[in-house]
Amino acid sequence: MVGIVSYGARIPRYRITTDEIARVWGKQELAMGRSLNVAEKSVPGPDEDTTTLSVEAARQAIARSPHAADTIGAIYVGSESHVYAVKPTATIVAAALGAPPFLTAADFEFACKAGTAAIQACMGMVGSGLVRTGIAIGADTSQGAPGDALEYSASAGAAAFQIGTDNVIAEIGHTISFTTDTPDFWRREGERYPTHAARFTGEPAYYRHTLSCGAALLEKAGTQPADYDFAVFHQPNGKFPTRAASKLGFEPKQCETGLLAPRIGNTYSGAVLLGLCAVLDIARPGARIFVTGYGSGAGSDAFDITVTEQISTYQRSAPTVEDLIDDRVVIDYATYAKYRGKIVTAEVAP
Amino acid sequence: MRPVYAVGIGITKFGELWERSLRELITEAGLAAVADAGIAGEDIESMYVASQSAGRLLGQEQLGVLALDEAGLADTHIPATRVEAGDASGAAALRTAYLSVASGAHAISVAGGVEKMTDVLEDEVATAFTSNSDMEWEGFFGATLPALFAMMARAHGSEFGTTREQLSAVTAKNHGHGARNPGAAYRFPIAAAKVAQSPIVADPLRVLDCAAAVDGAAAVVLANDEVAARLDGPKVRIASTAQGSDTLALHERESLTRLESTTIAASAAFERAGISADEVQVAEVHDVFTIAEILALEALTLFKPGEAAGATEKGLTTYEGKVVVNPSGGLKARGHALGATGLAQACEIVEQLRNAAGDRQVDNAATGLTHAMAGTGGTSIVHVFRAEGGGR
Repeated sequence: MVGIVSYGARIPRYRITTDEIARVWGKQELAMGRSLNVAEKSVPGPDEDTTTLSVEAARQAIARSPHAADTIGAIYVGSESHVYAVKPTATIVAAALGAPPFLTAADFEFACKAGTAAIQACMGMVGSGLVRTGIAIGADTSQGAPGDALEYSASAGAAAFQIGTDNVIAEIGHTISFTTDTPDFWRREGERYPTHAARFTGEPAYYRHTLSCGAALLEKAGTQPADYDFAVFHQPNGKFPTRAASKLGFEPKQCETGLLAPRIGNTYSGAVLLGLCAVLDIARPGARIFVTGYGSGAGSDAFDITVTEQISTYQRSAPTVEDLIDDRVVIDYATYAKYRGKIVTAEVAP
Repeated sequence: MRPVYAVGIGITKFGELWERSLRELITEAGLAAVADAGIAGEDIESMYVASQSAGRLLGQEQLGVLALDEAGLADTHIPATRVEAGDASGAAALRTAYLSVASGAHAISVAGGVEKMTDVLEDEVATAFTSNSDMEWEGFFGATLPALFAMMARAHGSEFGTTREQLSAVTAKNHGHGARNPGAAYRFPIAAAKVAQSPIVADPLRVLDCAAAVDGAAAVVLANDEVAARLDGPKVRIASTAQGSDTLALHERESLTRLESTTIAASAAFERAGISADEVQVAEVHDVFTIAEILALEALTLFKPGEAAGATEKGLTTYEGKVVVNPSGGLKARGHALGATGLAQACEIVEQLRNAAGDRQVDNAATGLTHAMAGTGGTSIVHVFRAEGGGR
């Protein structure tokens, strides 16, 4: 049985409301927060980046795992905001965890779905017996240009999953992917902020991939939406996942627990995985979880997950995802601009 | 001049056609028009292809030859030329083809129009739109087309008391029509009250006051009386064509509420066709913004100055009114595919006069007009169409 043996989450403490962003740009009347269904988003502090968020989430996963760091044979970190263009985040995470050097490590990038791709890679590694456990991380401190529509949702967060075959708390029964070359969102080398193709990001991008992949998973698993206790979709905002869920036949109640975007925004590679963490925080043995991630560019990875008896003895102690969401400090736009490095300081002047 | 007939029409679906290229679209429309006319490709003697922004957005000029070649007709070696007159380009191509047939130079000519707007980022589309105005004196200073039309709307409100509700009535009416048009990009009704709640673009214009740029293509086959008599299809005569110009920049005009280029074109078109404005039963007009339709209806003398807005609110511009305006849904609901729009208007009027417009058929339609405009009215082109020998 291949599945999740442990998990950990990290969400920065700072929040900015979408109303505050709209106030600064004179866009109050557009009601961006309401139309996106995002009230506020998480903001990384001055000392936080994709690496620190990854380390925090992975440390939490290992702290409550029955499999110590010396069992780790693979670490994959998925992000579109790796701190270095050349130099892996994964090696820093490995060192911080105290994992032995006899491991394979790499950074993944696939817009918002690099984390789910990392889980699939780990499933292959542990399933084939090449390694005992693998760490898959989805983490981002995503970028939105000042004043751009993305600024209302692009946030920060990370989730880490230890994948293994023993002491599995949530079995991954099936996984399937749907991938095409669909350029709905991109950031070229050297560019500070990404570009998005406006309405194109909806129908031919998010919906086509999410719905095609989700439907294929149901067929592969031989399941119906009603068979699941929980459903988690990639959540670039609070609107898209709700509509996708409804189109596939899921009820709002199944999606409630894993829908975090209205309160923390789009954590990109962390988004669907933090939703899964929130579900695992409360799921009972036997609970069935439907997960579909999405990454621009574009592709979807879907998972059919069943919680095992093992979760009864698993350490699900604080902080839960809900604890992380509740631990919040609201900042204004000026502070946000400072924390996100949007203010050019004098020290770089000649 | 020889009488000219619209003997074949072809139009693609309008919309965000992400899977379709410019070449595919113009070829589909052109082949459909040729098949509809019942002629062979080799019978065509000239071709005029309209596009406002293919050169700017796609880096492709020479659309005349491109369309000819894509249709497999390059070995006919006939003249094929691109025509550009801002977002009135389609009507300009139709007029050029008309003149080539009326002059006796060609027996059969094809006018086509195509635009591919959704392959590029929004800013580029906005700039392409604005290039219909004066880029040095307007565009450079941030006066986009919505901003310029917003000023016209304010001036019209101040002069005639035109209200928010009256502007909204234009959107509601055109979407009501467009909901019945299978080829429309935005095929759904919009309640008038929703327009005032949509996000502001340039006060008083809101998102739902504006036509959206879409992809699409349309084509019309024109023939002289001799060819038309030989063909089996229904006979719709293009009774007249007229074009008027004005200053490129809005601020140079005497009035913000009068479209002189439209008035000049309409007056000439009515005179040449030998009809009065009252005889027009169905009209496709350039509703690039709600206020643009109001201004156009007054400039076309279909309504007196200051009366079109109230008339729209009272239902006089829809079925069972005085004249059915934009039965296709107009630029607002069918979508505005710039260079294709003028020809899409012609396709709609021809269908109406053939009595083949299905759910949106205007009863006993025998006289119709199209009105295309570039920018804020630098160019206006009016065509009058008349049915001959009853519908199909």
